[in-house]
Formats: sequence, structure tokens, C-alpha cells
Amino acid sequence: MKVHEYQAKEILKKYNVPVQDGIAIKDISEFDAAIAQLQSRGINQFVIKSQIHAGGRGKGKIYNPENRNELILEGGVKFTASVEKAREYAQKILGNLLVTHQTGSDGKIVKTIFVAEGLDYKKELYLGILLDRVVSKNVIMASTEGGVEIEKVAEETPEKILKEWIDPSVGFQPYQARSLAFGLGLAGAAFKNFVGFISKLYKAYEETDASLLEINPLVITNDDQIVALDAKMNFDDNAMYRHPDIVAYRDFNEEDPLEIEASKYNLNYIKLDGNVGCMVNGAGLAMATMDIIKLAGGQPANFLDVGGGANKETVANGFKIILSDPNVKAILINIFGGIVRCDRVAQGVIDAVNEIGVNVPVVIRLEGTNAAEAKDLLENSGLNFEVALSLKEAAEKVTSVLLVETI
Amino acid sequence: MSILLDKKTRVVVQGITGSEGSFHTQQMIEYGTNVVAGVTPGKGGTKFLGVPVFNTVAEAVKSVKANASAIFVPPQFAADAILEAANAGVKLIVCITEGIPAKDMIHVYNSIKQKDVTMIGPNCPGLISPGKAKIGIMPGFIHKRGNVGVVSRSGTLTYEAVKQLSDLNIGQSTCVGIGGDPVIGSRFVDIVKLFNEDPDTKGIVMIGEIGGSAEEEAAQFIKKNVKKPVVGFIAGRTAPAGRRMGHAGAIISGGKGTAAEKMAAMKKAGIYVVESPAEIGITMKKALDKLNSKPSAKKLSVKKSAKTKTKKSVRSKNRNW
Repeated sequence: MKVHEYQAKEILKKYNVPVQDGIAIKDISEFDAAIAQLQSRGINQFVIKSQIHAGGRGKGKIYNPENRNELILEGGVKFTASVEKAREYAQKILGNLLVTHQTGSDGKIVKTIFVAEGLDYKKELYLGILLDRVVSKNVIMASTEGGVEIEKVAEETPEKILKEWIDPSVGFQPYQARSLAFGLGLAGAAFKNFVGFISKLYKAYEETDASLLEINPLVITNDDQIVALDAKMNFDDNAMYRHPDIVAYRDFNEEDPLEIEASKYNLNYIKLDGNVGCMVNGAGLAMATMDIIKLAGGQPANFLDVGGGANKETVANGFKIILSDPNVKAILINIFGGIVRCDRVAQGVIDAVNEIGVNVPVVIRLEGTNAAEAKDLLENSGLNFEVALSLKEAAEKVTSVLLVETI
Repeated sequence: MSILLDKKTRVVVQGITGSEGSFHTQQMIEYGTNVVAGVTPGKGGTKFLGVPVFNTVAEAVKSVKANASAIFVPPQFAADAILEAANAGVKLIVCITEGIPAKDMIHVYNSIKQKDVTMIGPNCPGLISPGKAKIGIMPGFIHKRGNVGVVSRSGTLTYEAVKQLSDLNIGQSTCVGIGGDPVIGSRFVDIVKLFNEDPDTKGIVMIGEIGGSAEEEAAQFIKKNVKKPVVGFIAGRTAPAGRRMGHAGAIISGGKGTAAEKMAAMKKAGIYVVESPAEIGITMKKALDKLNSKPSAKKLSVKKSAKTKTKKSVRSKNRNW
């Protein structure tokens, strides 16, 4: 699960991690009150920050969603010392479309902006905490190369990334904090503040079941304070049952409406840009089926794992979700019936098609228990199915169906 | 032979009285697994599906000498169940449960690492030594006793590969589903090592997917140590970056963990990497056929050094199947 920058900062504040101050607003009518409040805290320069889940906001571009050719503003994060200018930026960003290298060309409508304090600082650093899957331990990464993409630093100058792995039996140790601080070349008050900062930050990561906590940039202010200028937090979905407060931060605007709909039916669905929909049991087989579609000359329109119980309801719901995507020209159903019997799945597919009406060609491959009976059922259903027994045959049928569709 | 599991393995099922646990215990017993006990706290002293139920794993180990555990408890309690089994002295732990928080698994993994215990999973179908025993949820009937070891991060995709092998009359020594989570007890390299040491395993099928670098790690090991033919497939070539594809561990993050990277590393290690999942079985058949045609070369008393050379050239020539 992902949260916005301003939400991550709210969470970090609870752990006394020093973060850039600011107020999130959803409507321009809230702007004056937000500014007044910041001014009352002695803040006189401001940053208007677009709140979307994708990165690259600073280098992004703001467009008019009604007319995609109309560029409204260069940059989705704007600094200014003038309240008038800040208001102008806020107006230009709110409700408009932000396109960054991570959003794709569709961009994202900015529904929230973070009106934040503009800090003067002398140095940008990088901090990241995540699971290192190679050793099954969390790792803290720090670098003097803040403010740029860390992947690039890792690629070009890996020696500039310091790492400390956390032994889960004893937790994060003070010597590790010092080691990072020395490694970053810090001294004096900045050193002391960094050690405090990183200890609190790791506590926040650990206690919230985060899967990623990235501060880029982390800044050293002119008076040697260590402050999180940005904050990115992702959380482990498997652990969210013990964090209702974090679940409350979920922003449905950031998710695909079809994916939200699918999750209501307990279907694991991810929308993609292709033309062949697919319905599969099991995540690995679902990915492999997407790959097969590509090899057959199509493009997968989605990932869809219907899970263990592929019955009439799940199949019908799967069809509804897949067919809501207008790009879908054909559907491939690939179910491996191990414990679940294929003839039952076949009956489920027939009932679902009769019930909701499917107007694109459907290739079905059912393998496993009672696969032959399932094939008979499908072929004698009077419905227009292309039935395949093997995975190879299924791929070939997808190819031929696509050929007919394009002619 | 087989790895990790055979007819003699004495299995205790943790969560035996739950709906998943009871269904699959029944299936395991029908397949021939030596299920000697169940554990459900509070139900000790009763019998369930014909086996004694204990309150703790330690009692099951003491009373009926259980040496392997199958875990079917809900995710909130699964980490605790694994630790209980490990500390009771069980040597093989198979955790089927999906949805265990990564933080819990980090603690479990690092805690049992020093112990003499093998853990499979979590979020996995388990393992099966065909014709002997199974611990897990895979359909037994698609498997066939034989000499190919299968290791995979997936469930149904593993069944798919196994079915292809069995249909071509290629049996399996043991099939291990290592699980789709980012933190798992045994990784590809651990299982490949066991297959490599098992004299009855003649070939290895390795089915990976996007996310992490466990396939690359195994490829390194294979390159250095494995002479048996290895057929590999990576699921998720069409998966978008930054999205979790069903399995908690199947995500391309920061541009790392792509199928292309993994396939390149595997090809470099001499693994027969298939582009299509429909070709896993047939590719293994070709590899084994090559292998079986070699003893004739042996009969012609080719010098040892020449023999290894032949092997190498055969492998590299066939990389592009």
C-alpha cells in the first residue's frame, strides 16, 4: 500500500522525526487559512507540492485535463517567497493533470496539494530503508548524493551508497547510526542530529510494517538541523490488518476504478494496456499466461488471478471486470484444475457467459482433473468457445482469434 | 531417491482441525504421506482423521517422533507456529500459509537460520516426492515417480510444468514449491544444491518469476557446480514495473528483478531457458535425450577431458532451443 508524501510526514511526526512543515489542502478556498497558519509559525517562504503517488513530480508538467495540449505549468513542485505567487501555483496545480516519467502519458489529476515551508539548506542527502531480500534483513542505505535518483547513483557510483543491515534479534544499534553519520562526513551538531534522526526513522519503519521508507532529499539546514524534505512510504499489505490507522490513508483516487471493483469481489486484478483479457488461477500461471499472449502476437489487457475456487460467481465477476475494459478484443481463460474439478469450472464458465453475455471470442484451456469432460461440456454448450487442451494449443488459438479480429 | 521427503518422513500437521488443514491432511494421507500427528492448542488428547492430536508440537515430537511439520494456520499465527516447530526439534517445516507479514518472517528466518532445520515456504504449495509422500496442497495425480527435480516460486504454474513432464513420461524425484513471498525459508539455490547432490535426480526444472534476485543467485551456483541439465522459465516478462503481481515477492522495483535480467543470467549459466511456458516439458525431454545418448560415447572409451568438452559444447549449442 502506498501513501502520499503529506501522509507519510504525518506518520513520521508521530515518531518525532523532524519533517518539513506543511498543510495539505484539497481546495483553493483552504489556501489562505493554510498560509496564515504557516506564517503564524514563522514561515515566510513556501513550496507548493503536488500530491500524487508517482515520483518525478518536480520535473513533471501540469496540463489542462480538458485539453491535453495546453501546458499550464512546468514542474509539479514550486518554491516561492511570495504568497501571491504561491496562490497562483496552487490554482494552476489543483484539479489539473500532472504528467511525470512515472505516471505515463495519462498523468494523474492532482486532487491534493501540500502547502509547505520553504527551507534553506546547505546539503542534500539520501536515506532509504527497505528489505534486502538477499539476506532477509532490513537495510538502511545512505548517500551524500541526495536529490537525485538513487538507482542512478547505485548504477554509476555504488561506492557512494553506505549500507547498514539490521539484525532483527537486537534491532538497530547506535554504532550503526554513528557509522552512517561518519560515512556521510557529518560532524558537530549535524552529526548528533543525524544519529537521532535515523534512530527515530528506523523505529517508524519497523513499527508501521513499512516495506519502503525513502527520504530524498534529506537536508542539512543552515543551522545544522536534519529534516526530511520529502518522504515516501510503502507498506506491507500482509500486515495492514494490524494498522487500521494507516489503512485509513488509502486514496482511491490513485487506484484504477476497475481494480477497486475487482477487489470487492476478492479478485486480484491489475489493468494493463493490451487487447487480450485473461482469467487464470494462481499468480505465477497468470503471469505465464500473459507471457503466452505476447508470444502469440497479442498484448495482455490485464493480470487476473481468480484464486483457488474458480466457481460460477468468480468467473462471472471476472468476465464483468475484463469486459469493462473497451480495449479487450479476446479473452483467454487458463485454469489448472488440481483440487478443483475442470468440469465444474467449465459449467461455471458456461453459466456465466449465458448470464452476462460475452461479445468477444473466448479461448478456454482447462487442464487437470476431468479436463476431457470439461472440453465436451464446452464444445456442446452451443456457445462460441475455442477450446484448447494444452498451453501450446491455447496460444495458437489466441493467435488465430486475433488474426480474425484484425481482418 | 528423492530430497527432503519420503515414505518414512513422520509428519505433524499444525492446524489439522481447521478447514484447510483437515481437507489437505486427508489428501496427504490418501497419497501415502506418513501423517503421525496433528496439533491444535486446546484439542490435545483427541483424535482427528485417525491421528492423535496434541496441544504442542513438542509433545508430538516426543510421543510419536514427528520429524516434519506441515503448517496450515492463519497468517496472524503462522510465524509463531514455525518457531514452535523449529524449537520442538522438527527438521523439515513446510508452511503453506499465505499472507504472513514480512516483518514476522524476517524474525523467523533469522532465528531459525542457525538451527539444523529446513523450511519451505511460506505462501507455497509445499513439496512432493511422487509415489512416496507429499506435504502440501498440490494435486498428487499429475505427478509421476522419476528423476527430474522441480523447484518453483509458483503453485499452479508448477503443476503445469509437472503435467507437461508427466505427459512426456518424465517422472519427478521431488517437486518443491518454495513460495512467492520476499522472505522464504529455502531459496532456489538451497533446493538446487540438494538436487545436485541427489544421485537419482538427473535433471532440474527451475521456474522463477519477476522480483528479487534469487534466480540470479541460483544461476551463479549452477554455473559453477551443476553438471545436470537445468531447464528454466521466468514468468512475468509482460508484467509492468512497480506493481505487485499477486505474489508479495513478484514486483519489479527500482528497475531491478525483471524477467529479462534473470533470463540473461540463467542463459549465461548454461541453463536451457525457455521463452514459452508451454515448452518446459519438451525442452527437458530434449536435454535428457542428449544426456542418455552420451553413455555410448563412454563405451567408446573417450578420455575424461574429452568427455567434459563434449558435454560443454552440447550445452552451449543447444542454448537457443
